[in-house]
Amino acid sequence: MFVVKFRKIFLGLSAFLALASLVLIGVLGLNWGIEFTGGTMLEVAYQEGQVPEQEKIEQQAKGVYPERSFTIQQAGEYSYIIRTSELEEEEFGTLVQALSFDGYEAEEKRSSSIGPSMGEELRNKALVAIVVVIAAIILYIAYVFRQVSYPVSSWKYGVTAIVALVHDILIPVGLFAVLGYWLGAEIDVLFVTALLAILGFSVNDTIVVFDRLRENLRNNEENETEEPFEETVGRSLKQTYTRSINTSLTTLFVLGALYLIGGSVTQYFALVLITGVVAGTYSSIFLASPIIVELEEKQRLKTAAGK
Amino acid sequence: MLVLLVLGGYFITTSEQAAQEVKEKEDAGEEVRPVGLARFPFQLGLDLQGGAQLIYEADMTGITDPQEQRRRMNSLRSLIEQRVDGMGVSEPLVQVERGGLAGGGEHRLIVELPGVTDLEEAVETIGKTPLLEFALIDQDQAEEITPENELEVNDEESVDIEEKAEEPEEETEEGVMDDIFQRTELDGSMVAGARYEMNPTTREHMVIVEFDREGTRIFREITQQHQGEPLAILLDGVPISQPVIREVIRGGEATISGGFTMQQARDLAEDLEMGALPVNIELMSTETIGPTLGQDVLEGGVLAGVVGLMLVAVFLLLWYRLPGLLAIAALGLYLVIMLSLFKLLPVTLTAAGIAGFILSIGMAVDANVLIYERMKEELRNGKPLREAIADGFSRAWLSIRDGNVSSMITAIILYWFGTSLVQGFALVFFVGILVSMLTAISVTRTFLLACTAEHEARVLRVLFNSGLSKAAPIKDN
Repeated sequence: MFVVKFRKIFLGLSAFLALASLVLIGVLGLNWGIEFTGGTMLEVAYQEGQVPEQEKIEQQAKGVYPERSFTIQQAGEYSYIIRTSELEEEEFGTLVQALSFDGYEAEEKRSSSIGPSMGEELRNKALVAIVVVIAAIILYIAYVFRQVSYPVSSWKYGVTAIVALVHDILIPVGLFAVLGYWLGAEIDVLFVTALLAILGFSVNDTIVVFDRLRENLRNNEENETEEPFEETVGRSLKQTYTRSINTSLTTLFVLGALYLIGGSVTQYFALVLITGVVAGTYSSIFLASPIIVELEEKQRLKTAAGK
Repeated sequence: MLVLLVLGGYFITTSEQAAQEVKEKEDAGEEVRPVGLARFPFQLGLDLQGGAQLIYEADMTGITDPQEQRRRMNSLRSLIEQRVDGMGVSEPLVQVERGGLAGGGEHRLIVELPGVTDLEEAVETIGKTPLLEFALIDQDQAEEITPENELEVNDEESVDIEEKAEEPEEETEEGVMDDIFQRTELDGSMVAGARYEMNPTTREHMVIVEFDREGTRIFREITQQHQGEPLAILLDGVPISQPVIREVIRGGEATISGGFTMQQARDLAEDLEMGALPVNIELMSTETIGPTLGQDVLEGGVLAGVVGLMLVAVFLLLWYRLPGLLAIAALGLYLVIMLSLFKLLPVTLTAAGIAGFILSIGMAVDANVLIYERMKEELRNGKPLREAIADGFSRAWLSIRDGNVSSMITAIILYWFGTSLVQGFALVFFVGILVSMLTAISVTRTFLLACTAEHEARVLRVLFNSGLSKAAPIKDN
């Protein structure tokens, strides 16, 4: 199977993408939503043909609260999203009133206001959730593959699945660093939810490949067939990649529909998932299996050196 | 299977119609009690129907006993529930946030007000300090309202006041009430405590009220001057109980009894106890969603779901041919079961939940795909069709199980940790995985075996093959 043969190239590509994502996250930073930082967000819609310019909105906002800083962003044709530090209810009302001016009529579409301590708590929760999910998955895989410890110890399957997971998560986050920097896309609770869903999807994909590998290894043992590990992996991949791609395709169909026509609230959510599903499918074929081959090779060389 | 599919579809559409009718009547101002199928509408989350959500945090400094904390949270909840009910919002939700594994959150109160967008007013109504008052009743007018007050002597020493249980709701106009009730100096801040007790001999349910020092003094004076008159207890201006003063009370402890059910007595004790807020609360976060936005999200979500579903169906049909059709039937069954569950459980649908559901449509076919790919492989190896189906099925099962269990672990953890938004997603995701696994397996198995039980023809083999591959000839063993 060409994937195993040219594994260094595919591994390299993955490593490059993951590293690039890391660098982007580091350099551009992440645009945390107010759910995590605390603050007030307000989306107002104007009438068709009577939408004021962004600068004017900023002037109005600054006019009421000169000491605050506002982030203003156009959302759709008639709407603006305004973000600032946390506002009390009365202050909030004043701001909404100030946004209707000079014949422009602002209608409040949605708002949210979150205290800083709550934001911090959510951030911790999200982090803990991701870590616990990863830990639970390692344990589960190690348990399921416990009987397959030759020629690669079972926990290595778990670790490999995790490497694939981290890869699948880094890439959408990296994309969001870019989107956040230029388009103001935010890391919100939905984003974290999408990441966790990617975790589930990706591990599912990887497990299916490993499962086939396990079966082939067992068959080889039973039939006393001598087959290099590399080739068994290649054969398993060949047997599973259609399924990986097909499942990803059906998932991408619905996600694509959600992204294009599902409305603004879940648009970025769909985008994160699309990126994650693509990365997840790639990693289950081109990353996880090559890593297992590499690990086996190391183990073999080590035992050989030991003898 | 088909019967199930049709029944489920029938249930979803008719119950939705019935619910719609009830809603229309309600909108028209009629009082309707949903019956029959109308009891199962889709529960839309706040983000889909528009409204306001307020999250309060209770200050528990100095209260370390977890049981006491829980008790206070519950009294806080029922108090705020009363306030919210007074706002005339339909189907408000007041709940104590359940603490997740990560801790925190158990001292939060979430208030959801569908259809409310005026935040300022909502915050004011909910946040004001509750008012517990004691008022004398103007005898002339009171006769008309509460003619049934009775004086009974009870042997129990501490029992000083008797009352005939009253419905808390008075149907009198506010203005008239003010005329009837002459407020006394005594108020909720002077209640030191109230508790529920059951009279051991008469087995009557009673409420015991204790006053603080000043309260004891005022209460003594009132009972001295107004013996034989009723004394009303008002919460937020609404009379909750109207006991009659039987004798002068000096000890600062009054017992209210007579005709209560246990629940009524407990509630009253709680109300009295809450004359002062059980805990201080602070507004932590607010969220409002305009009604049009929610509508847009809902419509977009439904449309995206339908389009996505059609794309998947076309793909399955083109790639897997006959089994593809079966997979579509399985998918249809999956949809029907999921939608019925949403109605029956009921699952509150949020934007995230709908997105999760749409995602699950794409993933639901995974089990089918796994089985079919395996089946095709067995066919290519030259096995007879029936055997290929059985083997393909049994060999794919392990992969399906392992993959889905890991996804379910993720969903459970998401549910534990998540805020209500994430929980909506996690629940849909979890149920979706489970149902999709069941439908795919059972439907596929039944259908395939039924299809191939009779004969094996080359035509069928072609139909079962897929995509770009050619049907392999049957090898003779």
